[in-house]
Formats: sequence, structure tokens, C-alpha cells
Amino acid sequence: MTASFDWQGAPALVNAEKIKKRGAWYVAEYRILNMSKWLGAIFAFGLGNPILYLASIGIGLGALVDSNTGGVDGVSYLVFLAPALLASAAIQTTMDEAMFPTMAGFVWWKLFWAMNATALTGKQIARGVMIAALIRSSLTVTMYWLVLVLFGAVDLASGLTVIPSALFCGWGFGSVILAISAFIKEDDGFFAVIGRFVIAPMFMFSGTFYPLENLPSLLQYVGWISPLWHATDIGRVLMYGREISTGLFVTHFAYLLVMGVIGSWVAGWQYTRRLSE
Amino acid sequence: MISGVKSTNNAMGRLLHLMSDSQLHNGVPSMISARNLTKEYGDFTAVDHISFEVPRGEAFGLLGPNGAGKSTTMRMIAATLARTDGELAILGKEPNAQGPEIRAHLGVVPQQDNLDSELKVHENLMIYGRYFGLSRKFLKGKIDELLDFAQLQDKRDSKVNELSGGMKRRLTIARALINEPEILMLDEPTTGLDPQARHILWDRLFRLKELGVTLILTTHYMDEAEQLCDRLIVMDKGRIMAEGTPANLIREYSSREVLEVRFGSNKNAEVAEQIQGIGERIDVLPDRILVYAESGEGALEELTRRGLEPLTSLVRRSSLEDVFLRLTGRSLVE
Ligand SMILES: Nc1ncnc2c1ncn2[C@@H]1O[C@H](COP(=O)(O)OP(=O)(O)OP(=O)(O)O)[C@@H](O)[C@H]1O
Ligand SMILES: [Mg+2]
Repeated sequence: MTASFDWQGAPALVNAEKIKKRGAWYVAEYRILNMSKWLGAIFAFGLGNPILYLASIGIGLGALVDSNTGGVDGVSYLVFLAPALLASAAIQTTMDEAMFPTMAGFVWWKLFWAMNATALTGKQIARGVMIAALIRSSLTVTMYWLVLVLFGAVDLASGLTVIPSALFCGWGFGSVILAISAFIKEDDGFFAVIGRFVIAPMFMFSGTFYPLENLPSLLQYVGWISPLWHATDIGRVLMYGREISTGLFVTHFAYLLVMGVIGSWVAGWQYTRRLSE
Repeated sequence: MISGVKSTNNAMGRLLHLMSDSQLHNGVPSMISARNLTKEYGDFTAVDHISFEVPRGEAFGLLGPNGAGKSTTMRMIAATLARTDGELAILGKEPNAQGPEIRAHLGVVPQQDNLDSELKVHENLMIYGRYFGLSRKFLKGKIDELLDFAQLQDKRDSKVNELSGGMKRRLTIARALINEPEILMLDEPTTGLDPQARHILWDRLFRLKELGVTLILTTHYMDEAEQLCDRLIVMDKGRIMAEGTPANLIREYSSREVLEVRFGSNKNAEVAEQIQGIGERIDVLPDRILVYAESGEGALEELTRRGLEPLTSLVRRSSLEDVFLRLTGRSLVE
């Protein structure tokens, strides 16, 4: 019954300067703790996904394609497909980890208001969610990449450039999703809409399963808008040495960089605004 | 009561000088100083130019009917909701410019619990402590202390969504203490608590007060306000209707005693005419009539003399409940 207090008081205990510097990492720490509850699922999906895709499409469909055309873009179908799968895994994971926590924080359980009642700011919360999303997706991407190595779709050394650039692409698009999710007022099935009308077409028109140049020029535009196409093309250059102009290669990065910078800025702004109204 | 801080020739003076924006309240620096504090939502004014000061170590209450603007005021003091107009200083700091620095020293219990239902009880406390940058080592001991405080020791490893409503409330209160706040803000802290848990909480809050913690609380329970608050404001429609200690408010806005009589719901209005002039004031509620008088027994005798036979009668001391009714025209328990 008796609760005794050892009481120093906040002025002695809490260092506001330190929180100003590390706040986003405290948020990320929370997100990781929350994710760790689903560690089994993270590993199961992380490994299951690439194995299923590679076994069915990469090898099954690949055998058909290779025997008919002698490969795509100068390489076997498996090698052609691998960068696209890796890019979409990075983008999908980062997107999920940006969208769902934002919904939980603003709509489902209002957790962000509890965080914002501490010294944390809206910007730090937004940044923390993104940091955790990237930590999660680096795990997923690394697993994916290891499976690709095992299937012989890519060689080991490429990991040094491939994994960071996949994460960069995830960050670019994930930041935009982070910003958009922060505007959602009600859980009215917005995800289903995003899934059906953004992600699915993105997958189809991003040169994932065949070169973008195979599409009629009108549909190629869809690919140019799609972050997945840019990410995939970067992956193809890094993973099997697809030849593209330096200008295009830089443009791919620039496009995703602009997405990431604008997305992060808007997300920070909207997180702050929403928490203070 | 309010004066600028100028003296710098002693330690206290220097300390006060450091808190450059702070006000003095009876010689004690203000923890909270609000002047013409206002919040508008579009055309609607939720908080309408209210002014008050809260000195260190005081338990300060906000009373008012639903929609009075209590929570809105609390959120502005907690430096999370931006004000529309007026001046506000919390711990001598300006919330728009120094929100994080202020919040680092506050503990906040919102009206609605916002715990993480996927995490365990102790994890909720741990993570909240981490938001304040507190070390895990420190937090281990602190969490133990707080679980005792909230009587949740045996729920330590339960998930939050397995707790009862009252347990969640207690956990939210414990969470607000993790950074050993200078100001503890409690928005209807005991809603959902059983009577025993309420009394235990009151006892705990008293102890925090003894440690010098300033308490700001809203409540719909008048006994709670009388027990806990040194001073309170009664709000209605975003304005302050009255301010003072519970005893002073009762003295000022009510009589010493109250006679409650019931004549049956359809007769109350008719009888009300016949008892005019008895006591200092009469309030006709749907289910009963309240006669405010220096002596309740005296009023009852006068009633009988006029040939009125109430079905039931009760004489009691005046309470904040009556002050509230007088000021807002509304009964608290609806
Ligand atoms: N975000 C908002 N947008 C618009 N109006 C709001 C908002 N928040 C509160 N209000 C309005 O402001 C008024 C005051 O609300 P507030 O929550 O401060 O009342 P309260 O005194 O805490 O009431 P209760 O006792 O029911 O908790 C209400 O009329 C409410 O509808
Ligand atoms: Mg309220």
C-alpha cells in the first residue's frame, strides 16, 4: 500500500537538450520494441516472400522465357527480375512501416498525442517512425538479398551497393507515404485504395516483369512517374551492369531524393500541425 | 499580487531573475500564468479570455460542466495545443517557443487514456521514460516504484488491453509521474475508478503535493474538488465564473445549509410558488426543490407552518455542488 518516493524532480532528472538531439531515436526505439512483437512474422515474410517469388516466377516463368528468347536485357530472366523484386520489397516494407504506425498514432490509438505530451516534437516523431521503418526494411532487404544470392541471381559483392541503394529508394517513396498518411482523418479504407490503385499498377508498369521499353510509349510515362521503376533500374545497373546513360542513372537518384526530401518535410510539418490543433 | 522580479541581491532573487518571464504570486513564482488565454475553433470560442495564476505547490482545480473548456485549457497549459490569443507562461517559459522544454518538466494525464495496448504494462512505462531520455537503469527502479504507486505490480507483464478501465487509468497516472514532473496535469483523473481506488489516489496526490509538485486537475466530482484543491476556478462556456478556495466559494455563492425537499415530480413547480420567501434562495430541479438557508431545520419548520408536506426532506451543509448549480444553472450529476 505504501508507495515511497525517491524524488529528484524533473529539473535534475530530465535533460531537454539531450531530448532535442536524440528524440527521434527514442521514437524509433519504441517502434522497434513494437515491431519486435512481430519478429516471427517479419522473418517469415522476409524469407518466405523472396523464396516464393523466385521459385515460381523467377525459375518457373524464367525457364520459359529463357528457352524462348535467350533471356531478357542480355541476362537470364531470373537475373533480370531479381533487382525489381528487391526494389519492390524495399519500397513495400518502408511504405508499410510508414503508413501503419502513422494510422495507429493519429487515428487508431492516438499514441502520438501521448508522445507529444513529452518533450518530443511532431518532427521528431515523424523522423523516428521513418528511422524505424528503415531499420525494419534493412532487415527485410538483407534477407531478400541473401535469398537472391542463394538462388544465384546476384553475386555476393554487389550487396555493398545494392542494399544501401534499395534502402534509399524505400526512404524516398516511404517519406511520401509518411506525409500522405499523416493527413488521413478516418480509417475509411484508404489503404485498400492505395493498394489497388497505386501499388498494383506501380508493380505492373514499372518494368518489373519486362523492360519498360516494351510498353507503348503512353504507358511508359506511368513507369517514369513510378518510384519503383527508378529503383528497379538503379538495381539493374548495380546488380548485373545494365547499361544506361549516366544522366539517367543520376536522374533515378535525383527523383527519389526529391520525393524523400519533400515527403519528409511535409510529414514533419503535418505531424506538428496535427498534434498542435 | 503580481509584481515583476527585480531584486537580484540574494540567492532567491537571482533564481527568480533567471526565470525572466515568471510572475510572482504571493511572493512565490508562478508555475502557470495565463492572461486572456483564448482558444477558438473556427467561429467557436472554446476558451474565452481567461486569466489565472498558479503558484508552486498548489493544487489548482478547473470545474465546469461538459464543454466548458476545461480540457482545452489543460491542453494549452500542457504546451501541446496552440492558443489563439492571450499570454501564457508555464514554468516561466512561453509554450509556442519553448514547448519541448516545458513539456520535459510536466506530467500529463489526458482525459482519454492513450496507452499502447500492444505493449505490456511495464513496457508502457519504460518507453515513456525513454521519451524523456531517462536511462534504462534509472527506469527499472522507477517503474517498480510506480507499479506500487498504481497497485499494478501483479499486472506488470500483462498487456494493456487485458487491463480493466480503472487499471488503465491508474497506469496512465503512473506514466505521467515517470519524469518526476514539476507540474502534474490531471484531466478527470478518477473517472472510471472505484471509490476505494479514488481515495487511494487522493492520498497519493497529497503525498506528491508534499514533495512540492504542483497539481492542476479537472473533475466532475465535487467531493474530490473539495478534498484536493487549494483553489479552483469554475468555468462555463469558456469563461471563468468564479475563483477561490472551496470554502470561500461556498461562503460566497451559497448559504450555510441546504434543505432538499421532494413533493413528487409533477407537484414541484406548483409548490415552488408557495414556498417563495423561505430561506435565502430557492432552486427548483426536476426531481427536487433546494432551499438555501442559514438553518435548514428552520426552513423546514417554516415549510410545515405553511401547510406543505414534502414526501422526503433532507438538511445538509452547503457544498461545491451548490456553488456549481448557482453559477452555471446546471447540476453536475446529470
Ligand atoms: N478539436 C476541436 N474542434 C472543434 N471544437 C472543439 C475541439 N475540441 C473541443 N472543442 C469544443 O470546445 C468546447 C470545449 O471542449 P472541452 O473538451 O475543453 O470541454 P470540457 O470542459 O473538457 O468538457 P468535458 O467535461 O465534457 O470533458 C466544446 O464545445 C467542444 O465541442
Ligand atoms: Mg474535458
